[in-house]
Amino acid sequence: MIGSIKGLGVTLKTALRKPVTAQYPAPDKRLEIDERYMGFPALLWDDTVAEPYCTGCMVCIRECPTQCMSAKMKDNPLHADGKSRRRKIVEEFEINLGRCIVCGICVDVCNFDAIEMSHEHELGKYARNGNRVDLPELLDMGKQFQQETGWKPTQAKNIGRVEK
Amino acid sequence: MITTTQTPTQQADAIDLMVNMGPQHPSTHGVFRLVIWVDGERIVKAEPHVGYLHRGSEKLCEGENYGQVITLFDRLDYVANLNGELGFCLAVEKLMGLEIPERAERIRVILCELNRIASHMLFYGVYGLDIGAMTPVLYGFRERERVQALFEAVTGARMMHNYIRVGGVKEDLPDDFGKRMTTLTDQLGRGIEECDALLSDNEMFLERTKGVGVIGPADAIDYGVSGPSLRASGVAEDVRVSEPYGIYDMFDFGVPIGANGDCWDRYYVRVEEMRQSLKIIDQAMRQLEPGPIMAKVRRLLRPPKGEVYARTESPRGDLGVFIVSDGTDKPYRVKVRAPSFANLQALQHMLRDAYIADAVIILGSIDIVLGEVDR
Repeated sequence: MIGSIKGLGVTLKTALRKPVTAQYPAPDKRLEIDERYMGFPALLWDDTVAEPYCTGCMVCIRECPTQCMSAKMKDNPLHADGKSRRRKIVEEFEINLGRCIVCGICVDVCNFDAIEMSHEHELGKYARNGNRVDLPELLDMGKQFQQETGWKPTQAKNIGRVEK
Repeated sequence: MITTTQTPTQQADAIDLMVNMGPQHPSTHGVFRLVIWVDGERIVKAEPHVGYLHRGSEKLCEGENYGQVITLFDRLDYVANLNGELGFCLAVEKLMGLEIPERAERIRVILCELNRIASHMLFYGVYGLDIGAMTPVLYGFRERERVQALFEAVTGARMMHNYIRVGGVKEDLPDDFGKRMTTLTDQLGRGIEECDALLSDNEMFLERTKGVGVIGPADAIDYGVSGPSLRASGVAEDVRVSEPYGIYDMFDFGVPIGANGDCWDRYYVRVEEMRQSLKIIDQAMRQLEPGPIMAKVRRLLRPPKGEVYARTESPRGDLGVFIVSDGTDKPYRVKVRAPSFANLQALQHMLRDAYIADAVIILGSIDIVLGEVDR
């Protein structure tokens, strides 16, 4: 008997404290997202020259364990005009977020601050291939992330360096 | 009643009543099939069928470089991810002869012990469910959630962290870690006591688990059982003590052992182990000093040619990782000695002569994770 009564005491105490859960879809009741939280990867936007940080060097694509990305590089027209230090710039970039395992390896290997794990984590889409996001969408995710967190570049010295 | 003159196999031939459980059965904690031959209410023979969650992880490791393999080890034992990562990283470090910075070692210990608590809390909750009690799972998950919230702040992910790296850890702890840990250990300490009071001494729980699924120390060793399931049988074997890895020899903690090797002992050893983990965390937190968190390693790892076997104590038992390296950036062969897989083999022994109603309780008490069993 004593054991059961002890257990009942624990459950009775529950009535005297605040709930530990949060109502999920309600926008004002959601739990806060931690600063380091790794959502899906997004490409960042360099405001100083109005172009993406990404040069399309493909290092993240080679290192990705699930091969969920693809990219194309082009000569940077802004470099020819002398406005940008980047010789090459990304032309196309696609990430299949349905395939991404959110491991953060792409962020670790990037030399140009170009890719970052955003706080985007909701994957529900209306189309079968709705999770294949292209360059403009990735940059939108990145801009939102930069705005939210006040992100600062850390590898600016690498800009213009040629990957061998 | 079962006559002792027949062997179980002979009985099985004669009786011919086979009960199939799983693979799609909620009490199997995944996709696991158990075929049971019964005589009335008694189990004569049980045959576990594994492999429904086989993903070929060991083979996949051969196609990934050492940095990428860590993501696969996250997904082996998916309720104690950091312990899985640690097993692989230790093996590679042993092969390369790397010296790990003190701070990284301590961070690893703190996080792995927290992960052990989170894993045992999951066991606590679902074990209550297995028996038919709904309440424990809510308490267990509450505590587990607190640990996961801290993991999110440190590693960026709640479960698939990819945080422990060969040579150290990915990034340093956040600034408010000390403060958060004080609150967390406080809450966990109270939570463990609450969970203990809720279920451990409950008469109905005792009736269902005491003396059920008994396995003696000799049998347990023969079957290769390890971890809490072995310690419940009275064998004080813990890799952290018998063959310390990392800095575990610097901590003072007890190895809880059971007396009877029944389901209740297997349950209570885990509850007690959570208290010991808190003790380790407490000591490690006090010794935590600033310093480097990563040894000097190249981004693309190329360990020397050779073979290595490293053991760690995962929440489920003795997790061994065997790596053959051919000197390239990808392992030539990776073999995982998964504790759940070995523990599962003892199920046949535990189920023999048990009531069929106890089958789920006995299966639950060895705390298998099928991601690790089937790999």
